[in-house]
Amino acid sequence: MFIPCDRGGGSAAPDFKGFTLLMPAVSVGNVGQLAIDLVISTLNMAKVGYFYTDCLVPMVGNNPYATAEENSTELSINAEVYSLPSKKLVVLQIRSPFIKNKYRPFCESLLSWVKSSKCARIVLLSSSHAYQRDDEQLLGTPLRYLLTPDLEKAVGGRMQELNWKEMEKIAAYPGIRDTDKVLHIPGGGITKLLFTESCSEGIQMAVLLKFCSEGDNIPDAFVLVNYLNEWLQLIKSEVSTSNSSIDPSSQWKIPSSWRLLFGNGLPPALF
Amino acid sequence: MATFFGEVVVAPSRAGLDEEEEAREETPEDREIRREIEKKRYWRRGRLRLDIGSGGCAEEPLVCSRFIVAIGRNAAAFLSSFILDSVCWEVVGVVKLWNEWCRTSSTTNVLPTDSFCLFYRSISDPTVLLCQCSCYVAEDQQFQWLEKVFGSMQKKGLQVTILSTCPVADYKTQESTLTLASPFLKALKTKQFQEQVCCPLLEQPNIVRDLPAA
Repeated sequence: MFIPCDRGGGSAAPDFKGFTLLMPAVSVGNVGQLAIDLVISTLNMAKVGYFYTDCLVPMVGNNPYATAEENSTELSINAEVYSLPSKKLVVLQIRSPFIKNKYRPFCESLLSWVKSSKCARIVLLSSSHAYQRDDEQLLGTPLRYLLTPDLEKAVGGRMQELNWKEMEKIAAYPGIRDTDKVLHIPGGGITKLLFTESCSEGIQMAVLLKFCSEGDNIPDAFVLVNYLNEWLQLIKSEVSTSNSSIDPSSQWKIPSSWRLLFGNGLPPALF
Repeated sequence: MATFFGEVVVAPSRAGLDEEEEAREETPEDREIRREIEKKRYWRRGRLRLDIGSGGCAEEPLVCSRFIVAIGRNAAAFLSSFILDSVCWEVVGVVKLWNEWCRTSSTTNVLPTDSFCLFYRSISDPTVLLCQCSCYVAEDQQFQWLEKVFGSMQKKGLQVTILSTCPVADYKTQESTLTLASPFLKALKTKQFQEQVCCPLLEQPNIVRDLPAA
């Protein structure tokens, strides 16, 4: 599944032992993917390979993180892997939707790759439909987290310190029997499947998600990536505890591919 | 999402449908229809006749130096109009496929006008292959199409050119597409392609998707 980039000189496949794998779920508003774009672009991460998979719609384009003429012509496809060894971070970016009936095969190959490359843990950035929140979820922070039991033991305490809110379970049969609670992440794409599979396979996994709706999701991406940064400290945040006065755009670098997200310029003849 | 008159509609999400939601809504009739469609969606690779003695399969890969693929009706028509003729090119193979978008039902008699994928070989240089693919290859068939076609080719020293078209309205640019002089050419190339490209490269944030991307 994972094909390393040919960096020349016969270099061996990159070593991800003990690394944190950061990846998005293709979910409502594409918030996870936008947040990952911000991480890759800000940390100037190097591409180390890609996933050869039939589970995603094919796409190709030129380098989405191009900063100059020289680096703008490298091809980029739908599932690529970037790495920053100094922070023991490996990032997977997914750029196209899943093909029907391919959620499960993708999750299985991904988890099998995670185990074989000995990544320490997975952090999944995701989102969920804001309109499906219940009365209590409408108040307070729109951000939630989930930890698999194996990661709960390791970092559960840190989440308490950060005062984060765990994703609530909902009744499986609302109104009939309120005792059976299940995890429900509407609009989350592969989030729930990947999380439940990781729980049963003993993989350390965290899900960080935001309630949002479709629209201009750039602000949602900033909120989610700042949430991630509270825990992983990928970049230095200017204000450490308060979360209302940070100007997010000053810390994260927007990639050049975010231009024209809402269409082309207008024809002058319109006016 | 609420509309102006108070009705609530479910907005389509870029996340796609959650698979578990889809399964819950399926009736027995839906399941039966889905099973029948899946049976009908099949792959059959036509015989790839090669008079140079090679079979063109995974065990004996086809020797090919240049492979030109035209995807979509416009690109296929370009090849038919300007390149192909019965003097210089011969049909050497076909890829047959079916999905819900195909309008042809006959799978026995393949004509150039049918929406299948035809392979031609240059008579003067048998290592040059052309493929005209004017039928729509569905998302879940694209990967298999690639594996079938490229699986039987020798990849060393192979140069692949893909011809395709996209609507001008899909092109993302600072100015309006109304003022653009169309049609115009753009290209994407791999690092290994060292020759001169005949037109400008495709700028970000434009992308190519589906079979040409695959």
